[in-house]
Amino acid sequence: MSIRDVLEAAKRAGDCRAMLDAVPYTKFLGLDAEVADGQLVTTMRYAPHLIGNPALPALHGGTLGALLESAAIFELLWRSETIVLPKTITFTVDYLRSGAARDTHASANITRQGRRVANVRVEAWQVDRAAPVATANAIFLVMRD
Amino acid sequence: MSENKRRSGIDLVPHNKALGIETVELERGTALLKLPYDPKLIGNPDTGTLHGGAITALLDASCGTAVFAALTEWAPIATLDLRIDYLRAADPGKDVMCRARCYKLTRNVAFTRAFAYHDSEDDPIASAVGTFMLHTKPGGAK
Repeated sequence: MSIRDVLEAAKRAGDCRAMLDAVPYTKFLGLDAEVADGQLVTTMRYAPHLIGNPALPALHGGTLGALLESAAIFELLWRSETIVLPKTITFTVDYLRSGAARDTHASANITRQGRRVANVRVEAWQVDRAAPVATANAIFLVMRD
Repeated sequence: MSENKRRSGIDLVPHNKALGIETVELERGTALLKLPYDPKLIGNPDTGTLHGGAITALLDASCGTAVFAALTEWAPIATLDLRIDYLRAADPGKDVMCRARCYKLTRNVAFTRAFAYHDSEDDPIASAVGTFMLHTKPGGAK
């Protein structure tokens, strides 16, 4: 089955987790997803290999970036009617706090869905949603190949 | 700080190790890092291309390394922001190189640029601009 078939089957079944399992890198990061109150929340389960600064300890900035980017892509896949694999054009992360050695959650909002381009805002938090560890603005190409 | 100490410090970062990132070259204010191709980092199983997240981590690590390479004395740093332009998909099966330069160092902030590529810097996969806060305190206060 192609990735598009897997994603379409996952959507039809309403199983957002199956969507993640189709991508090897999401397993490496330890990503999980669930829909809570109609919102898709992607979680990066804490594991020692995600650490960037062992002295603090703090999560590697790259893992937070990857979580935010993945959450934005999952949101687009989950909301759009037809499956088109979004291609990231630009991706801008603001790092607001150091990420502690614990689970991190992320949720995205599509600010504009165009015919060719989608703009997405994403937020990542740990314990307190009102105190995000990082936010991102992403622009995707969403045209069929 | 000796080059060996800088080099081992970067290669010992747990997430860099998990990704297989290696330091290839270090000069004052510039760094060349390598991300070896690995199936566990695939984003699109149909094509075998690497996930953007792995490239993001490589660019972030390279920019941070360039800052350490620019500092005369070691200091803790934290990424303030990172903007990545994805220029083309990475070729499946190929290692990704990344050259980063810390082009301005002020008392509090370091400014960096980086390019990720396979064989030639003239055919980049992604580019990044990153800023870093210097002398951050434990606990993440900036």
